[in-house]
Amino acid sequence: MNNSILVVVLASAVTYGTPLLYSALGELVAERSGVLNLGVEGMMLVGAVMGFWAVQTIPGPGPLVLIIAVCVAAIAAGLMALIHAFLVITLRANQIVSGLALTIFAGAGGLSSYLGNDLNLADAPAKHAFGAFFPHSMQTLPVVGPIFFEQNALVFVAWLFVGGVAFYLARTRPGLNLKAVGEAPAAADAMGINVTRTRYIHTVVGGAFAGIGGATFSLAITPQWVDGLTQGAGWIAIALVIFAFWRPALCLVGAYFFGAFAGLPFTLQARGVTVAPELFQALPYVMTILVLVTVSAAGARRRLGAPGALGTPYVREER
Amino acid sequence: MPAVSLHGITKRFPGVVANDGVDFEAAEGEVHALLGENGAGKSTLSNILTGLYRPDEGSVELYGERVEFDSPRDALNAGICMVHQHFRLVPPFTVAENVILGDTRGESGRFLVHPRHIERRVAELGERYRIAVDPRARVWQLSLGEQQRVEILKALYREAKILILDEPTAVLTPQEAESLFITLRAMAAEGRTVIFISHKLHEVTAVADRVTVLRGGKTVATVDTAESTTQSLASLMVGREVDVATRVPREITIGGPVLELAGVGATGDRGAEALHDVTMTVRSGEIVAVAGVAGNGQRELAEAITGMRPTTAGTITVDGKPLKGGDAREAIHAGVAHVPEDRLHTGVAPSLSIASNTVLKSYRGAQIAHGPLLRLSAIKERALSLITNYDVRTSGPNVPARQLSGGNLQKVVLGREFSGEPRVLIAASPTRGLDVSAIETVHRYLREGATGGMGIVLISEDLDEILALADRIVVMYEGRIVGELDAETATKDALGLLMAGVTEPVA
Repeated sequence: MNNSILVVVLASAVTYGTPLLYSALGELVAERSGVLNLGVEGMMLVGAVMGFWAVQTIPGPGPLVLIIAVCVAAIAAGLMALIHAFLVITLRANQIVSGLALTIFAGAGGLSSYLGNDLNLADAPAKHAFGAFFPHSMQTLPVVGPIFFEQNALVFVAWLFVGGVAFYLARTRPGLNLKAVGEAPAAADAMGINVTRTRYIHTVVGGAFAGIGGATFSLAITPQWVDGLTQGAGWIAIALVIFAFWRPALCLVGAYFFGAFAGLPFTLQARGVTVAPELFQALPYVMTILVLVTVSAAGARRRLGAPGALGTPYVREER
Repeated sequence: MPAVSLHGITKRFPGVVANDGVDFEAAEGEVHALLGENGAGKSTLSNILTGLYRPDEGSVELYGERVEFDSPRDALNAGICMVHQHFRLVPPFTVAENVILGDTRGESGRFLVHPRHIERRVAELGERYRIAVDPRARVWQLSLGEQQRVEILKALYREAKILILDEPTAVLTPQEAESLFITLRAMAAEGRTVIFISHKLHEVTAVADRVTVLRGGKTVATVDTAESTTQSLASLMVGREVDVATRVPREITIGGPVLELAGVGATGDRGAEALHDVTMTVRSGEIVAVAGVAGNGQRELAEAITGMRPTTAGTITVDGKPLKGGDAREAIHAGVAHVPEDRLHTGVAPSLSIASNTVLKSYRGAQIAHGPLLRLSAIKERALSLITNYDVRTSGPNVPARQLSGGNLQKVVLGREFSGEPRVLIAASPTRGLDVSAIETVHRYLREGATGGMGIVLISEDLDEILALADRIVVMYEGRIVGELDAETATKDALGLLMAGVTEPVA
């Protein structure tokens, strides 16, 4: 029963959906503040490479090293986001251009590849990796075994993140301020909310989430460092935020849906079904086009319920 | 001791001195009007008082103590709240959420937001000051008048001691304005200070205790309203004797219909229905005013007639020929001229020269173009003659349009539109933001246009302007035409009721 195609697909949906979920949540947080960050792919890769580096070099017991590695990934990607934040918030650069530049700078063939080479991370097996969180006896349970109990801790932490972000947005004062800054920065400013600070914080935190998303690849799914191992997941994550109408709970659904797609080629291959792999590899590119069209078309954005000030720098002393 | 006192405030922007040594004082418990034309420095002064701008020179004192504001937060903490002309509200938020936004005191300052208690408090304040709004309603669902109430509720909730309102009546019907004045008086009676920014004289005399007049960035005088008339205030504001807008008799020769709308419908930017079954006729030689509170479909109406917005129903006929609609060039060729609401961005291409802008609608014509090539000398000639005929104050035809003042820019737009010898002119808020002499000029051109046989549609939110210019007045409410009045006999009260959507005959 646990080998039925449906169960296998669902299990891989959860596995491959998790990095998407982290990154999409991060992008959602940043976009809710009005900052569009198309650098997700680049930030994920930097997170992945630095997380893997931490696992290989930091001595200590496995669980502790893994926690530290996830933090290192988050900080590294957060620093990447800080570059974007400085360019678009302080210097008021075009957010689309800056985000694309960040992906080119940090992504495959860029900083992440350089770090991977320079730190000699490629092709080495991970010293520690996230394994199944629950005992073996639970993993053999029918249906829920493979889908839930075989999963690693990052999968479950992601759920906490979804709940946390949803609660933060809906019920807390900083969350209210965040939404106000993303919807109507002039109104927020007039009510004494620091627009610049709010945007900086949430852009950087969003980047950190993407770093954890990247680390999910290098510490749990693969788990090793392969150049460009995210294979466009960052783009899918950005598209996901749009499909989720900027709502955390819908991000969860969307992430697992696209996770199923991402895992499908492997599942099918294992069953001896050959589908042109190009079909799946093309998905991130299709998503990229979709993202760029949506974020540039004012009418579409309004209809989908995008934050009112998404993509626009805030200038106070305008005359 | 005055509640607010500003001494020698100077604020410079690149190329302009917005405030030049301004002195201003307002006492506790008074409604103090700040009167001046557009560009006199009222908004700059209020932005300094609310911490948005920092003055280059001068000092700000509150209740006798010198203060320096680095940000709006400082001003808010000092008890100053401002109701901006363009509301500072978050449209997808509820009324209650908007009210507590940024408030760090007590209940609303806690980490977790508990809407129930705040909603009750907002409802109470609304009852007490007669500005009730449903605290759970989303702001985008509210009318502009209701949104203004939310802004005032924000100030009351924060227990502001000083409330500044920038042109608060622009979005209100006359009746709504009356009720706002009652609220403001009640607030002043409690010892708060209300600073009321306006350029409308009758409002100032109706609500304020004292008036400070600004002109050209300087303080001209502070007077008691009890001892002044609209006439004397107007002279102070403009710096010379002026006639307060009155009806100028005009010889009217009404001809046949030049513009006919039958059952026209259109959707707005948000996809909702913005025009519904609009039927109206404009005849040659008459000025028909479209009155209404801002946002009731006037902009969509202008855009539909001028082909900038596709229609979803009905027909638009110009000079007997029906238009397909949604095609600006078709409308231009049919003889529709347009003085748009946003003269700088829709009326001209701001970075192009005056010369280029004068031929924006006629560059395909044989006089201007040689096949695909432009006759530059002909363009220059046309621009020079426009500059002379319309008395545009500029150093030459090659000056970029954005460098012109509002009044001169409007003259360029009018000159261009009239040069096409149109049958119909759609003038949307043609005098908004202009000074008194420019307003006089624009009005004169509109009258001359009508006398010359054009049919003119004047879309305006300024009832004084409408009553001074129009021959007939139609009133729009929520995208429909709810009434038509003869301008000779129309009163502001009657118009106000129609603008509020009250169509039942009132005894």
